[in-house]
Amino acid sequence: MCLAIPGKIVGAYERHGLPMARVQFGGLTREACLSYVPQAGVGDYVLVHVGFALSRVDEAEAERTYRLLQEMDQLGELEAPVVREREGEG
Amino acid sequence: MKYLDEYRDPRLAATLLEAIGRAQTRPWVIMEVCGGQTHSIVKHGLDQLLPAGIELVHGPGCPVCVTSLEMMDKAHAIARRPEVIFCSFGDMLRVPGSGGDLFGLRAQGADVRIVYSPLDCLALARQHPEREVVFFAIGFETTAPANAMLVERAQREGLGNVSVLVSHVLVPPAMANILQSPANRVQAFLGPGHVCAVMGYREYEPIAARFRVPIVIAGFEPLDLLEATLRAVRQLEAGQAQVDNAYARILGREGNPAARALVQRVFETCDRKWRGVGEIAQSGYRLRGEYRAHDAERKFEVAAIATREPEVCISGQILTGIQKPQDCPAFGGACTPLHPLGATMVSAEGACAAYYAYGRHLPAAAGRPAESGGRSADEGPWGPPVGAR
Repeated sequence: MCLAIPGKIVGAYERHGLPMARVQFGGLTREACLSYVPQAGVGDYVLVHVGFALSRVDEAEAERTYRLLQEMDQLGELEAPVVREREGEG
Repeated sequence: MKYLDEYRDPRLAATLLEAIGRAQTRPWVIMEVCGGQTHSIVKHGLDQLLPAGIELVHGPGCPVCVTSLEMMDKAHAIARRPEVIFCSFGDMLRVPGSGGDLFGLRAQGADVRIVYSPLDCLALARQHPEREVVFFAIGFETTAPANAMLVERAQREGLGNVSVLVSHVLVPPAMANILQSPANRVQAFLGPGHVCAVMGYREYEPIAARFRVPIVIAGFEPLDLLEATLRAVRQLEAGQAQVDNAYARILGREGNPAARALVQRVFETCDRKWRGVGEIAQSGYRLRGEYRAHDAERKFEVAAIATREPEVCISGQILTGIQKPQDCPAFGGACTPLHPLGATMVSAEGACAAYYAYGRHLPAAAGRPAESGGRSADEGPWGPPVGAR
């Protein structure tokens, strides 16, 4: 869990005043906060750690790093349960 | 998979290994700091591919591993309370405290939940205003921006039922602590890339200067690690001691200023106890006074808890680069990932768990000179030629 995971921003929106994004990691999509990389937008690749984008990366870097993390079995945090905004939602 | 090969190319790896062999004229001990780097090094066998005179030792950079037993026991005491929804990153659930792990507590009825992001706690707190949502805020500088944001948002939204049990640890004081030890063997560091993506690497410059050690900020792909090792060896051979960024495609000297600013607004440094190592001065974060309403230790008045580690465990020696997993009599026998006895076996990023996962406890892998922690004198400073092993 000390490694950030690269993903692609596929949607951006605001929630409770925070800039948020849908980020695609391989076949999974999770939410990430964009507060720390406010310049990132849809189509950009970002390194995400525990739900926060920490830096932008290029596509080649993103793909390579993702595959390595996959091989190292270091993508477990993406499988954590999704907490909905309201219970029963989704 | 189109980009995969560039950083795995065996020819590039061989070129780097040859360059390291050419640059090196005497033995050197280099520590990689980050647990992800340790995992990658062991998985790819980089420590066994390097010239025999270059020894990699494994640092304390696994946050799950170094979270103290006392803190685990505090977490358990809080999680047992009926009004508490105890939230944690998944890796912490199987870490044993003095009396079992968080999975076990959950089986006994405690409301323990794995979250992906600390912000998930805000949603839970809004949904359950009658409950207390407690987040186990562990990690190095990489998780601090996320945990700082949770606290800042809880404060701003007036969510009085959100609190954090803070057990943050910091890399630079741990490195200085290793270098100060009379038993220290480390002569250079491969610095933690993703930590520096947040914090930058200014803090490492005084350490390099004070202790005369090269620090090369590294990624965790095999070629990243080999290139950083080459740069470290070149500095060592030249008698230099500088911070060098071998991960410039990801980070600069300032890291992520926005993340750093919020971390510094919410947290202040404090002394912190590390599992296996003991207390290191100013090596952790705690909440600043203005956020104390969200401090779970204060809210739930958890008393200090006396704990004891198994005497056989040498994780403190491993975390400081003095010994290797195979030097421990319990490694792979009494101590395995399913029944860990100490810090370096409790998480996949710990050195013992990584060695175990890649079969280093099996007889065929044991006793190789690159792993034994010492070098035979008759091997000579050059070691066998690259590619001969």
